[in-house]
Amino acid sequence: MREKVSAIVLNAINDFNETYGKQIPLELAEDIPLFGKQGVLDSLGLVSLVVSIEQTLEDELGVSLILADEKAVSQRTSPFRTAGTVIDYICKLMQEETQVCESPSH
Amino acid sequence: MREPVTLITGTRKGIGKYLAEHYIDKGHLVIGCSRTEPDWRVEGYEHFQADVADESAVKAMFSSIKKKYGRLDHLINNAGIASMNHFLLTPLSTVQNVLNTNVIGTFLFCREAAKLMQKSGYGRIVNFSTVAAPLKLEGEAIYAASKAAVITFTEVIARELAPFGITVNTIGPTPIETDLIRSVPEQKLQELIKRQAIPRYGNVEDVANVIDFFLKQESSFITGQTLFLGGV
Ligand SMILES: NC(=O)c1ccc[n+]([C@@H]2O[C@H](COP(=O)([O-])OP(=O)(O)OC[C@H]3O[C@@H](n4cnc5c(N)ncnc54)[C@H](OP(=O)(O)O)[C@@H]3O)[C@@H](O)[C@H]2O)c1
Repeated sequence: MREKVSAIVLNAINDFNETYGKQIPLELAEDIPLFGKQGVLDSLGLVSLVVSIEQTLEDELGVSLILADEKAVSQRTSPFRTAGTVIDYICKLMQEETQVCESPSH
Repeated sequence: MREPVTLITGTRKGIGKYLAEHYIDKGHLVIGCSRTEPDWRVEGYEHFQADVADESAVKAMFSSIKKKYGRLDHLINNAGIASMNHFLLTPLSTVQNVLNTNVIGTFLFCREAAKLMQKSGYGRIVNFSTVAAPLKLEGEAIYAASKAAVITFTEVIARELAPFGITVNTIGPTPIETDLIRSVPEQKLQELIKRQAIPRYGNVEDVANVIDFFLKQESSFITGQTLFLGGV
């Protein structure tokens, strides 16, 4: 399941690049820095990307998650630092809801 | 040219029904919803039976819109309910119903619509308020407060959605003769109408005229505004 989530997130980043003419380096895969000090996204970019990930999760896995709720925003280390941390965070949320994700690999 | 896709809430009767017919006549693909099935059908119109405050029903509706049309150009948040009562006599359940439909419903539809619209970098959203808010209509505390919330909500999200090419505006109708105001005593309505610059009932065409303006492509520089009818 983690692989599926990973593919969805990386795909969403790819779509995001295409839609907004951005160049988030996909070759870095899960190490892509997203938001924060080294991040490539501004806050608006983050909103669009989160919306796109939420929609794909819903379309492809049939799960409806709110990724950027108070819980996520108030965490000391943001789950949106890198693609990998977003994937871990999604798996954690899905696990809490359905127990379907394997535990994160790192 | 492709037909615009226009979603209107509360289309079973009243203003919503008129707007559905109006935009079908203009060649839009119109999608509507209400809690109960309408007793009318027109070609080019698709109806969903959904309560605007039911998040899962709303999400299912948008998911189906996304699959079938792949885009959304216009959202008209017309569904609304009123309640006339002295606030000392108003049960909490009434307050919850009014807020659910008027505020939560508007929120849910704006959120889901904007997600679809931001993909194409274009969208027009029109929300519904009322002159009962600026005129501080006694006996309508909860209704007026819910519609004041719609104005502030619109003003804030207009800013948040501007970078995506989405405009959000509010129309504030005067009394219009629909079922919504049927239980309001005529004398109360006349008192209200007297406070307008142009003292007459509004009609559905007055509403459509304002919405036509907000929906125009050329209205891309107009957002976060509330337009009251009747000179209020
Ligand atoms: N008429 C006026 O004087 C006046 C003045 C100012 C503002 N407005 C505003 O104009 C809008 C339309 O009013 P109207 O006069 O056309 O009212 P109306 O004749 O009572 O019609 C209301 C419509 O909304 C639908 N609706 C109500 N609650 C709903 C819900 N929770 N989910 C889905 N659909 C719902 C109803 O269908 P179902 O019952 O089948 O759900 C119906 O189609 C409202 O927002 C109202 O506040 C009206």
